[in-house]
Amino acid sequence: MSKSKQFLVEKLDRKAEDMRKKAGEVEVFIMGKSYRVPAGLTIMKALEYAGYRFIRGCGCRAGFCGACSTVYRIEDEQKLGFDLACQKVVEDKMYLVQLPFVPGAKAEYDINKLEPGDSTLITMYPEIARCVSCNTCTKSCPQDIEVMKYIQMAIRGDVSRCAEISFDCIQCGLCAMRCPADIKHYHVSQLARRLRGKYIDPKSKNLTKRLKEIEERKYDDEIEKMIKMDKKNITELYKNREIEAEQEGEGGE
Amino acid sequence: MAMVDGYPDYMMKSIKLVEKKRERNMSTHVKPMNMKEREQILGKFHPDYMTGTKRELRVGIDKGKLLYNGIADLLEAKSVLDPKDVDLSKIDYDVDLLIIGGGGAGTVAALFAYESSVPKDEILIVTKLRHGDSNSMMAQGGIQAADRPEDSPALHYLDIYGGGHFTNKHELARALALDAPGIINWHQELGVMYDRQDDAEFQELSGGGTCRNRMHSAKDYTGMELLRNIRDKFRNLEIPVLEFCPIIEFLMDDKGQVAGGIAFNLETYEYYVIRAKATLLATGGSGRLHLSNYPTTNHYGATGDGLIMAYHVGANLTDLDTIQIHPTGDAHPEPLVGILSTEKIRGLGAIPVNANGDPFVFPLEPRDVESAAFIQECKEGRGTVTPTGMPGVWLDTPMIEIIHGEGTIQTLLAGEMRKFKRFGIDMTEYPILVYPTLHYQNGGVEINEKTETKIPGLFAAGEVTGGVHGKNRLMGNSLLDYNVFGRRAGIYTAKYVKKAKVGKITLNHLDKYNKMLGQANIKPKKTAPIILPEYRGEMAISRALDIL
Ligand SMILES: Cc1cc2nc3c(=O)[nH]c(=O)nc-3n(C[C@H](O)[C@H](O)[C@H](O)COP(=O)(O)OP(=O)(O)OC[C@H]3O[C@@H](n4cnc5c(N)ncnc54)[C@H](O)[C@@H]3O)c2cc1C
Ligand code: SF4
Ligand code: SF4
Ligand code: FES
Repeated sequence: MSKSKQFLVEKLDRKAEDMRKKAGEVEVFIMGKSYRVPAGLTIMKALEYAGYRFIRGCGCRAGFCGACSTVYRIEDEQKLGFDLACQKVVEDKMYLVQLPFVPGAKAEYDINKLEPGDSTLITMYPEIARCVSCNTCTKSCPQDIEVMKYIQMAIRGDVSRCAEISFDCIQCGLCAMRCPADIKHYHVSQLARRLRGKYIDPKSKNLTKRLKEIEERKYDDEIEKMIKMDKKNITELYKNREIEAEQEGEGGE
Repeated sequence: MAMVDGYPDYMMKSIKLVEKKRERNMSTHVKPMNMKEREQILGKFHPDYMTGTKRELRVGIDKGKLLYNGIADLLEAKSVLDPKDVDLSKIDYDVDLLIIGGGGAGTVAALFAYESSVPKDEILIVTKLRHGDSNSMMAQGGIQAADRPEDSPALHYLDIYGGGHFTNKHELARALALDAPGIINWHQELGVMYDRQDDAEFQELSGGGTCRNRMHSAKDYTGMELLRNIRDKFRNLEIPVLEFCPIIEFLMDDKGQVAGGIAFNLETYEYYVIRAKATLLATGGSGRLHLSNYPTTNHYGATGDGLIMAYHVGANLTDLDTIQIHPTGDAHPEPLVGILSTEKIRGLGAIPVNANGDPFVFPLEPRDVESAAFIQECKEGRGTVTPTGMPGVWLDTPMIEIIHGEGTIQTLLAGEMRKFKRFGIDMTEYPILVYPTLHYQNGGVEINEKTETKIPGLFAAGEVTGGVHGKNRLMGNSLLDYNVFGRRAGIYTAKYVKKAKVGKITLNHLDKYNKMLGQANIKPKKTAPIILPEYRGEMAISRALDIL
C-alpha cells in the first residue's frame, strides 16, 4: 500500500471508530449473515463496510438510477420494506437482500407510428386492464409516486395525466415486482411520457425559426469573426457583453 | 448522540445562531468580489491553483504536462491487462462499430450510426454497469441551447469560449453552439417533456456565466428525462448491448490503428476479444478518483478508464490540470456526503453563512470562486464540523420560503426536499450543510469536430474528451456536449467504417507502454484502469478532507 493510501485508510479507520463511539453500532443481516456496522450508514455503504464490493445493485449512488432496489424486513416485524440501498439508512436487526435485476418485458414500438389516443397504452400493454386496485405498487415506490393512480390514468387513456404523475419514476422496478396483476408500470409510463412529449406538448415556434436560420448559415460569419479575433479583442467583447437576466443562477445543475 | 430534527445538539446550537441572524442577513448583502480578490482567493483555496495537487507527467506523449496527481498516478501505472492472458486468435465479437460506455454519448452515437446506415448487428455497446447507469442520468438542472429570439448561437459561442477562459478549441465550441437547437428539436421528436411556459415556448432559465437565459429543463430530473427517452428509442431498435463488461484496454492492429477492445466480464471473469473497424470511446468522467480527496457527485463507474486506455495507445490528453468542483455538495448527514444540492437553491435566495450565522461571500460567484470561499471559511475554523469529521458551511434554505412564500421549496425543489426528508431534515425549516464536491472532468482526450482522436480508428465523445469546454465548463453545456458530439460520432464513424480495413490485431502497445515506464525509471505499484472504486471496509466512510 502506498504511503498516502495508508494514511487515508488509517484516517478513515479512526473516523469509523469515532462514528461507532458517537452513534453506536447496529446489527444487519446481509442475506441472512450477521454484520455489525456503524449506525447512520446507508444500506449501500453498510454492505461495503461489511466487505462487499458492488458489481450489480449500484449505479448513481444518489437516488437517480434505480439500480439498488432492496427488500428488507426488521426482525420480529411483519411488514416487508422496499427501498433504495443508496438512500435508506440501516436500522438495527435489518434483514437485507438486493434485487440484482428486474425482469419485465417492454413493448416494442416506433413512436412515429403511434398516436396519443385513448387506447394506445392499453393496446401496447393490455395487462393494465387486470389491475385490482390493491395499491401495493404505490406502497412499494421509493419515490412516493402515486403508481396506482397513473396506472388508472393509463387504463382510462389519459396519456397526459399518466405522464405527469409518473414523471419522477426512476424505473427501479419495485412496483412491478410486487404487482399481483404482473403489470410493468415503469414501461407503461415511459410510453405515456414519450407520447405526451412528442404529440401533446406544443412545439416551440422559436426553435423552428432558429433552425431555419442556422440552415441558412446566418450565424456562421459572426462566429468566424470571433474565432479570428485576437485575445485582447475577444476578452473585451466577452467582458462587455450585455447580461440579460439579473436573476443570475436561477437555473443550475 | 441525541439528534433533533436530523441534527445533533451541538449543530443545532449553531443553527440557532443562523436563525437569530436570519432577518439581518436577508437585508444586508455581501458584495461580489472584484477580479483581484477573486484571483487571490482562488490562488489560496482552489485546488486548481494550490501547490501540491498536480505534478508533471513522466511518461508518454504528454510527458512534462501538469496533471492532477490522481490521474498522473494512474497514467504511470502498469496496464491492468497482461497480454498473455488473452488469446487473440479467438475473436468473440466482430463488428463495424464498438461503442465503449452506455451512457449519454454512447447511446446517442449508436442511434445516429444506425440512422447513417450501419446495420444494427454491426454496432455493439459495451458498458461497465447497466445500460444507462451514468453521469448523464444524474443531471438535474438542464441543457443549454440558444433558440430564443433575443439569443443567438453566436452569443452562446461567446459564453462557452469566455467561460472556458479562452482555452477551448474553436471548432469544438462552435459545433457545440451551432448544433444545439437541432439537438433540442431531436429531443422534441423523441418525446422529451421539457418544461414549458404558458405561451407554449420552452421555459428557459439563466445559468452562471451565460448572457442570455437558455437553460432548458425537465423539472429537476433533466438528465434522467433525456436519457430514458434516448434509451427507449435505442431499446426499440434492439441494438446489441453488453452490460457489466467494461473495456479494459484497446486492441490495435499492425498498421497502428485502434481496432476494438478487450472486455472483462465482471461476473464470470472472462475476457472477450472485440474486433471493430471503428471504436468510440464514451466512458465519461472520473469523479470516483476522488482527486485531491474530494467527495464526488459522479456515478459509481466514473473512474476515468477512458483516459488511461487512450493514453496507452498514444492519444493525447488536454486540460487535465483543472477540475470542476461544485460549491454545494452535501456535507451532512454522512450518507449524503458529496451528493449535489442544486444551484437553484442559491438562485432562489438562500445564502451561505458560517457556524456563527454570519454571511461571508456573495452567493452567486462563479462556481470556482464560491467553492474557494467555502473552503477558506472551513480552513480558518469558521465552518461547522459534522460528527463524522466533515466540515461545511450552512446554506440557509428557510430564506426561500420567506422570500417566495410558503410551499415554494416543495414545488420548485421537490427532489431536494425528498432527499433531506429521508434523513429527518426539513429544509424549509432548517438550513442544510454544504461543502464543495468533485463534479466534472473539464479536459480529456483531444478530439476534432469529427470526434476523431490523433489515433486512426479511435473516436471519442462526451465527458472523456477535452477541448470543448477548455479549462472550465459552464453549467448546462455538458448534457449538450454528449448529444452534439455523440451525434457527430455516430455520423462520422458510420462514414469511416465504410472504408476502414483492420490489419492483424495485437496488444503489443501494452508491452511497449510498460517498457516506457521502465525507461522513465518508474516502478509502478498500481495497475490501471481501475474499473471500480474501492469502498470496502473503512473506505466506505466518506473522505474527510485533509483540512482540519
Ligand atoms: C450529479 C450530476 C449533475 C449534473 N448536472 C448537469 C446539468 O444539469 N447539466 C449539464 O449539462 N451537465 C450536468 N452534469 C454533467 C453531465 O451529466 C455529464 O458530464 C454528461 O452527462 C456526461 O455524459 P457522457 O456520455 O460523456 O458520460 P456518462 O453519461 O457518464 O456515460 C459514460 C458511461 O461509460 C461507462 N463506462 C465507464 N468506464 C467504462 C469502461 N471502461 N468500459 C465500458 N463502459 C465504461 C459508465 O459506467 C457510463 O455508463 C451533471 C453531472 C452529475 C454527476
Ligand atoms: S413507479 Fe415503480 S419503477 Fe418507478 S420509481 Fe416507483 S416503484 Fe420504481
Ligand atoms: S399493484 Fe398492480 S394490481 Fe395493485 S394497484 Fe398496483 S397496478 Fe393495480
Ligand atoms: S444507486 Fe442509483 S438509485 Fe441507488
